[in-house]
Amino acid sequence: MSVPHAKLPAWAEYGLIPLVNLAVAFLISGLVVLIVGESPLEAAYHMINGAFGRGEYIGFTLYYTTTFIFTGLAVAVAFHCGLFNIGGEGQAYIGGIGVALACLSFDRVLPWYLLFPIAVIGAAFFGALWAMIPGWLQAKRGSHIVITTIMFNFIAASLMNYLLNRVFKPLGSMSLETRTFETGGQLPKLDWLMSIFGLSVGNAPFNISFLLALLAAFGVWVLIWRTKLGYEMRTMGHSPAAARYAGIKEAKIIVITMMISGALAGMMALNPIMGEQFRMQLDFVQGAGFVGIAVALIGRSHPAGIIPAALLFGMLYQGGAEISFEMPSISRDMIVIIQGLVILFAGALEHMFRPAITRIIFGLSPKGRQAAATKGA
Amino acid sequence: MDFFQVFIELAQSTVRVSTPLILAALAGLFTERAGVFDIGLEGKMLGAAFAAGTVAFLTQSVAMGLGAAILVSVLLSLVHGYASITQRGSQIVSGVAINFVVAGSTVILGEAWFRQGGRTPALMESGRFGTIKLPFADALREVPILGPLYSNLLSGHSPLTYLAFLMVPASWWILYRTRFGLRLRAVGENPGAVDTAGISVIWLRYRAVICCGILCGIAGAYLSLAANAGFTKGMTAGKGYIALAALIFAKWRPKNILFACLLFGFLDAFAIRYQGYAFPLIGKVPVQLMQALPYILTVILLAGFIGKAIPPKAGGVPYVKER
Repeated sequence: MSVPHAKLPAWAEYGLIPLVNLAVAFLISGLVVLIVGESPLEAAYHMINGAFGRGEYIGFTLYYTTTFIFTGLAVAVAFHCGLFNIGGEGQAYIGGIGVALACLSFDRVLPWYLLFPIAVIGAAFFGALWAMIPGWLQAKRGSHIVITTIMFNFIAASLMNYLLNRVFKPLGSMSLETRTFETGGQLPKLDWLMSIFGLSVGNAPFNISFLLALLAAFGVWVLIWRTKLGYEMRTMGHSPAAARYAGIKEAKIIVITMMISGALAGMMALNPIMGEQFRMQLDFVQGAGFVGIAVALIGRSHPAGIIPAALLFGMLYQGGAEISFEMPSISRDMIVIIQGLVILFAGALEHMFRPAITRIIFGLSPKGRQAAATKGA
Repeated sequence: MDFFQVFIELAQSTVRVSTPLILAALAGLFTERAGVFDIGLEGKMLGAAFAAGTVAFLTQSVAMGLGAAILVSVLLSLVHGYASITQRGSQIVSGVAINFVVAGSTVILGEAWFRQGGRTPALMESGRFGTIKLPFADALREVPILGPLYSNLLSGHSPLTYLAFLMVPASWWILYRTRFGLRLRAVGENPGAVDTAGISVIWLRYRAVICCGILCGIAGAYLSLAANAGFTKGMTAGKGYIALAALIFAKWRPKNILFACLLFGFLDAFAIRYQGYAFPLIGKVPVQLMQALPYILTVILLAGFIGKAIPPKAGGVPYVKER
């Protein structure tokens, strides 16, 4: 596709434009707060205070951040290959099977540090499996990945409902959840990490899977920019035709990309299941798979962008809970609005402010004006 | 006779469940045939249902409620149109965004205005669609076989239900027998050719998106003004996605849409009625399997195992006039 705009400097491309898009999304959210009859400034204060005001709040913020790093990375990896994996929600849900199976089998015999790797493999395996089918259908049968992954989200919801009802639920129990895991299935909290900064984690379920998320982010960076596979994925994403001419096996790359994406989404299940609840509950994903879309868009599909974007959404989730406590007319559904607006302005309308920003930047510096004249022509 | 009675009841609830699906799937047909993919059907329906519930309660008028539903849905369609036609953004991303914005704001606004946990207040008779009794429905009820078919199945539905079923041939006629329809389909297959003929691709796609908004608006109004007495939080419950599945299952054709929606509606009605019922030979069918069946069928169809669903050729691709 032709590039209709002059090339912007990197700081504007990766810093300014996402910030402007975010700012617009937040301004409109502020308008909604005004319509509801509350003060947006007060809401912002409660949000930031609720997210960072105390060690425990920060712990909760980072707990949510962990989840969103996983789902954001999942969406980003697929984006690099030109695939829109909208099924992170379902893949994370199915990934829970792997975690639950590992924990239910070994939590009485193994200590957590031996069980954790098994659970990671289990989560990644089931997540990858659930993403592999849409990937294979796209690669071999040409069915559109967006539609199949949406369908698979619904199928996953029904399947998990069935499994929790008939398979995982202990006898005589009424609620749809597995039994509570013994100590082997409980991840330690990162209180030592927090205490370095003189903070107490309190009741927050901030746990060791945060470190795994950071490791995964680094792994994705290596994969995408430092390996042959990543190069092939990016080539596919930029130009499928070029990839085909270069002899890259299209079908193989699509399936592998989707499996990596699904594995990352599946690993999200570790955080709530082993880190917080110590059991698998109905609907434990709670929309995190969809938040991943917003995170990947804001983070420009780069791990260095995804981590701050995940932190932003972690802040929204934890701070949003605080807002709804302080200002009852603003429930946590406010976050869903903000999430939608972020997706709209950072995703679908990402080029809306670009012409204006280009004009301002190149208008200010005489050197830039020349560059614009030559490049833009 | 008992079996017949069951059949009539099942058919009745199938019609009820299918109505919003048909309207929403036809809505999707108009935009997707024009080359604009729309996974925001769910959000538009939800927004419309909320607007209908709110305005019908405030004005006590069905007509105003329906009008508000259509207005909100068309506005949301225009946002989608602006993002995906004018700004050439990703159509999928824009649809996802609209779904989220609507899902959140209907709850926040509903709670702020009515304080009933995201509901709109229950509507009186004057704020709802009544049912239409076809002539002689009562007199003919006693006639064997045909009587119940006429009085219980054909008669006694909401006007929007009849409208939905009439919209199927109407959509076919618009898309296949009018100049607007020909151009609309052409713009979804080969926008360059349409442009060369001197017709504005942009304006044509905007009109398609508006058609989608109108139909989604009616679908939403059906949910809160006819099927229920008011709006409840998240009341579309995935119907927009089922409609999308039906649209694909129907291979983007009006007549097939009717059958696909009736099939998916029937599965739903059947699942509700036979929950936990042990069938001969098969035994108990888990209700979750019945719920997942529309999605599974769509995946199988998309994979080309039962026929092949070929989407409009230029679908999902923004049109760039000059390169």
